[in-house]
Amino acid sequence: MHGSRIAIWFFIGLQLLVYGVIIFGYGLYEAISGSYAPGVQLTNLHTQIWWGGLLLLLGLLYVVKFRPGKAT
Amino acid sequence: MESRPRGDGMFELVPVSTNAAHIGSLPSLLAFASSPLAHLRALDIAIIAIYFGMVIWIGFYLKGQSNTSEEFFMAGREMTAWIAGLSFVSANLGSLELMGWAGSAYQYGILATNWYWIGAIPAMLFLGLVMMPFYYVSKTHSVPGYLDLRYGGEARSVAAISFATEMILMSGVNMFAMAVVMKVVLGWDINFSIIVSSVAVALYVGLGGLRSAIFNEVLQFVLIWGGALLVPILGLFQAGGWTGLKARILTNMGSDSYFHLWRDTGSFAANPMGVHWTGIVFGLGFAISFGYWTTDFLVVQRVLAAHNLRAARMAPIIGSFFKMAVPFIVILPGLLGLVLLQNPDGSRRQLVGEDVVAACVPSATGQPAVPSVCSAAMAKTNLTAETQQKVLSGAPDSELHTYNQALPLMMVRYLGPGLLGLGITALIAGFMSGMAGNVSAFSTVWTYDIYKPLINKRGSDSHYVLVGRLSILVGVIVSIGAAYLVQQFHGIMDYVQALFSIFIAPLLAAILFGMFWTRATRLAGFLGLFTGILFSASLFVWVKLNPAKLAVVALSPDAKPMAENVFRALWAFCFTAIVIILVSMLTKPRPVAELDGLVYGATKLPTEEWVPFYKREWFWAAIVAIIFVILNVLVW
Repeated sequence: MHGSRIAIWFFIGLQLLVYGVIIFGYGLYEAISGSYAPGVQLTNLHTQIWWGGLLLLLGLLYVVKFRPGKAT
Repeated sequence: MESRPRGDGMFELVPVSTNAAHIGSLPSLLAFASSPLAHLRALDIAIIAIYFGMVIWIGFYLKGQSNTSEEFFMAGREMTAWIAGLSFVSANLGSLELMGWAGSAYQYGILATNWYWIGAIPAMLFLGLVMMPFYYVSKTHSVPGYLDLRYGGEARSVAAISFATEMILMSGVNMFAMAVVMKVVLGWDINFSIIVSSVAVALYVGLGGLRSAIFNEVLQFVLIWGGALLVPILGLFQAGGWTGLKARILTNMGSDSYFHLWRDTGSFAANPMGVHWTGIVFGLGFAISFGYWTTDFLVVQRVLAAHNLRAARMAPIIGSFFKMAVPFIVILPGLLGLVLLQNPDGSRRQLVGEDVVAACVPSATGQPAVPSVCSAAMAKTNLTAETQQKVLSGAPDSELHTYNQALPLMMVRYLGPGLLGLGITALIAGFMSGMAGNVSAFSTVWTYDIYKPLINKRGSDSHYVLVGRLSILVGVIVSIGAAYLVQQFHGIMDYVQALFSIFIAPLLAAILFGMFWTRATRLAGFLGLFTGILFSASLFVWVKLNPAKLAVVALSPDAKPMAENVFRALWAFCFTAIVIILVSMLTKPRPVAELDGLVYGATKLPTEEWVPFYKREWFWAAIVAIIFVILNVLVW
């Protein structure tokens, strides 16, 4: 919260960043290979790509903004 | 409107929160030999494993910042308004609630939203604007601690022992409920889920104390939105937007009642919940909601950890914005499920109560369903004759699903690999956060309000921190015992959850009279609280032994169990208030000078630093109030 401590927002950012990379990456793989999980609806919207991308960007923003050692 | 039978009400009482749902007979689901709803891939498992790794890392990281009692039990009182506010609302956002209220929306439509709006928002604003200064200025460590300062040790002990018992049992119920949901949704072993969740909670709360619990609640809040928000977005896209959804429900169900919050509450019989607007406004909107949001230490503890009075007042107001938005990820998926869930052959999938599933699905021990019993159970539903025939003949893909499976079914429908793992992580995070809230609040009340005043008054600060850490460990072990007890004797769950609704209304009366009436006396506080709890418990037992008396408690033969909860709370509040007033008039009050910092009218509140109007709590509370009114009018 204060001083040199790691802010909660950094932990959240890190988790979103990791999730974003995984989900976005898998979305790209699905789009390129054309192999989608059976039974899932609206795969044509490529949800993993844009939702994973959103998580990735948000995570990156929070990790950079609240990185340890940076005065907030 | 379709008329559907209700479940047997195992979860119909108000468990951990004012809006915790009636999730039906959850334990009975274990008796079914049904296949899991979802199959996770390696990617999904990785997402879940990362979550567990993160919460334990946070626990270890925060251990070094939780050395004094103020740090361990009160998170050092240095949380910002945003962190305290998100934690405040997150402590209440459990997975049972997400699943239960999505199921309720499937059954009853938007009426279920009352538990999120009038059942929360006015009380949250009242806490922030009016009550918080007294909690905060008195520097109490807990709600029973406030009772101690205001009334004395007797009232504190009644509140502390009741609360500690409730917390530890509720933690066990949460643990068991999580294990059941994981079993039903994913097919996971019950013991595996109980052990993994309890070890994780014991580690991160035991190491980092309240700070760790709060950090993880904020993390959980983000994960819940990240994991659940896609379902309504994609569902609305597929349904043709809000207008398309309304049109399809009107076509399928033949009624627009699913979209009205208040219109059909003029009589008990006019709405499927069997509730009257007076019960919703006075019972839910006042007795239960104010009781929970302003006196339940589980949530109030989060706000007490704020770094100054302004942050403590802003925290519930920030939380109320998000609380108003929760129906978007809970109620909307339930409504969307009504029109979008499909059977494998493309026909509309209709969900049913647990009683129907129990009658039609072979038991876990291999006992086949009895066709006549199944047929009779299905006759009470709106399942088509063709579907009923398929179920009876055991045709492939004819498996029945319960209302409470609406949300997981919607997740499976829209969330592909990775995203499904995120959705399941959101559910797990909700459960873990609930358990962590229970044990952290238990630890504080046990140490400050039971151990310190009644067992060892002269311990050092480090001694009390050690007691706190040990009480978390013991609390988790007792919770595991409670979880297995519930597994063996399902009926116990009913009574454990009733503890909350029995206790909360008398506590609200004791706190409100203590905080706003200088004349309330020590004996009145104790007797009011004690006899109020007895009165409330008596009403519960009376209806339990004789269900016909529900009509007396809830004032109508058309009333349903949901109505009983709200009216019982209302009567318990009134009873406690009368006892406090009468006893106070007959006993000698404390001098007003002794009530400084505790009672309205006897307290000079500290002057707060000047800030522009847009940073003041009144400004944001007014905006919340305006949005609240607009939302209610929009779906009147």
